[in-house]
Amino acid sequence: MMTAAPRSDRTTAARANRRTAGRLAVVVLAMFGFGYALVPLYDVLCEITGLGGRTGVVAANALDGEVDTSRTIKVQFLGTVSSRLPWEFHPTVASMEVHPGQVYETTYFAKNLSPAATIGQARPSVAPSIASLHFNKTECFCFVEQEFAPGEARDMPVRFVLSRDLPAEISTVTLSYTFFNSRQTG
Amino acid sequence: MSTSYAAHADDHHHHGPDPGLLRWVFTTNHKDIGTLYLWFALIMFFVGGFLAMGIRAELFKPGLQLLDPHLFNQFTTMHALIMIFGAIMPAFVGFANWLVPMMVGAPDMALPRLNNWSFWLLPFAFTLLIGTFFLPGGAPAAGWTMYPPLVLQGGANVAFMIFAVHIMGISSIMGAINIIVTILNMRAPGMTLLRMPLFVWTWLITAFLLIAAMPVLAGAVTMLLTDKFFGTSFFNAAGGGDPVMFQHVFWFFGHPEVYILILPAFGIISQIIPTFARKPLFGYESMVYATASIAFISFIVWAHHMFTVGMPLSGELFFMYTTMLIAVPTGVKVFNWIATMWRGSMTFETPMLWAIAFVVLFTIGGFSGLMLAITPVDFQYHDTYFVVAHFHYVLVTGAIFAIIGGVYYWLPKWTGHMYDETLGKWHFWISTISVNVLFFPQHFLGLAGMPRRIPDYAVQFTDWNMVSSIGGFVFGLSQLMFLYIVVQTIRGGEKVTERVWEGAHGLEWTLASPPPYHTFEEPPHVTEAEAHG
Ligand code: HEM
Ligand SMILES: [Cu+2]
Repeated sequence: MMTAAPRSDRTTAARANRRTAGRLAVVVLAMFGFGYALVPLYDVLCEITGLGGRTGVVAANALDGEVDTSRTIKVQFLGTVSSRLPWEFHPTVASMEVHPGQVYETTYFAKNLSPAATIGQARPSVAPSIASLHFNKTECFCFVEQEFAPGEARDMPVRFVLSRDLPAEISTVTLSYTFFNSRQTG
Repeated sequence: MSTSYAAHADDHHHHGPDPGLLRWVFTTNHKDIGTLYLWFALIMFFVGGFLAMGIRAELFKPGLQLLDPHLFNQFTTMHALIMIFGAIMPAFVGFANWLVPMMVGAPDMALPRLNNWSFWLLPFAFTLLIGTFFLPGGAPAAGWTMYPPLVLQGGANVAFMIFAVHIMGISSIMGAINIIVTILNMRAPGMTLLRMPLFVWTWLITAFLLIAAMPVLAGAVTMLLTDKFFGTSFFNAAGGGDPVMFQHVFWFFGHPEVYILILPAFGIISQIIPTFARKPLFGYESMVYATASIAFISFIVWAHHMFTVGMPLSGELFFMYTTMLIAVPTGVKVFNWIATMWRGSMTFETPMLWAIAFVVLFTIGGFSGLMLAITPVDFQYHDTYFVVAHFHYVLVTGAIFAIIGGVYYWLPKWTGHMYDETLGKWHFWISTISVNVLFFPQHFLGLAGMPRRIPDYAVQFTDWNMVSSIGGFVFGLSQLMFLYIVVQTIRGGEKVTERVWEGAHGLEWTLASPPPYHTFEEPPHVTEAEAHG
């Protein structure tokens, strides 16, 4: 490593070069793997920090039922449809006033406008993202794919609860859903 | 590899290249391969430059005149990809091929066969990439940053672009491995690490950046490929993925990449300035440590490209401070270059002019970088022409100026002929004035709110766009002078001595000009005086 190998022995030098190159190739492969490892790392980070606005899920019986009536939070609802999904989709109410700790129910309306049966999958997102750590759902149409017959329309329920440790400075939370065509990606 | 050494032993008798054109296809000689890389880079520089002329012509006045918006987007995307991966990176690898063995006293690169391969992959990669212009749907048009979901709507070109990125990635990784092995294993006796010329140091560190960053890019584009064609959902929200994650993976590569584009330039400048100041480089060791720390920090600043995606405050603060931290070792370098010139007996031959312009203009780019690093103001500047001005100051008046200065500096060594000093100076002054006319007004446009990557703009931006376009045309055309000067120097000219420049130090200047086809078959012994002057 320190100085050049003696030139008189060229095969030894060539072997040393190949060995160094081999080690560097291992680094290359490891970094390729690292690129992929960033994917789960990123998910874990989002899970911990609430970045990306993913909401939590709780079982209804795991709630202690205590309600913080001293605080009133405005929850706004949004609904968007991917351009590849021929559906109508929107919340039935635009917003609600809620107390942390209390379970609420609202609905979203969806209608399949196409002449064929289609399957959609909704993806939720909460803003501000820090609030997503405290936004839990006991039931949601986004948990599973939704299949709609041609022209079918229905109201789909969401049951949610804001936890009582929602940071004090937050007074408005927005829940938005985007419906994607789950049978066609990319 | 042993066979290539055998081939070398054969060459011993005639000491020259094989006659005929096939020499260039099969060559494993570092000087030949260096020449190939440099010519390839120059051709790509003109191809990319042609696209830039198209962009500036369209932006000369508001409205759509020459390029429809889709073609305009193809031009900006391909301009960036070609300049970054086709011009700047291969030019630096060309310098490394020519100079690293001669600077460390080695007979050739450590892995000559691999070297041939690394070069010859490039023409294939760029044929694939540029060929997409002729596909239905045209060339990639979603920006060189390839953000999904937009990039995935590109049609057939997506696969071509990704495949081209893979091939050029493999090429630069192999080139980097070769350079590291040469530097670590092939140094002549007495060439200790801390006697290596700074160009060798900066390339060693760049090569490590390459092997760490390029595989991550390869991973990112592979994920794009499987998202598009094989139904994975890495970046597809419908399938549970996240398009913002692409930006994280991309910039984890992308920021180290910008240092891959500038560290070898630092090396070239650190060779030129001491020569014409006739003083050893000020603070040699601090230069080495500054380069290494820039490289290290460059891996933890990536999200300064994505301040606006919605990060928590703590993340924004972290990336703001680490980004600003990079300015410290960069400042050390600028200080050292100036201190090298301080009280030197300076002369202003063409290479020195380019080097001084580099120091001044690159620093302007560093300052606009610092402005962009301030998170709250980046919300205003992001995706405006201010960013365009920033990265053109660091890339054109930084990387490209260093490359051109380096060519003027070593061309007499490579060819044995002196270039035309008068023409060289004209080339310098026309380029330097026009490049500022071209890019400085883009700061104003950006601050006034003109978005980047648009073919048409609001009328209040007209004046500065016209000025910028005029500067662009002059700058573009003046590079034809460079081509003329280089060709003229290769074909003849005043003979130069071994040393070429009175103040030059380093092993390459102890060889004949031009150096024989095989050099340092017997390792030289390196003294402190020759290493650092
Ligand atoms: C003091 C050093 C530097 C700092 C603080 C800095 C900071 C930044 C920041 C914050 C951005 C993002 C701006 C935005 O998109 O809103 C940026 C963009 C960029 N920088 Fe720098 N930079 C520095 C040096 C460099 C160097 C040396 C290079 C290359 C040689 C470079 C190349 C680029 C490029 C290409 C982009 C734009 C990428 C794109 O979005 O297409 N920067 N810089
Ligand atoms: Cu960066």
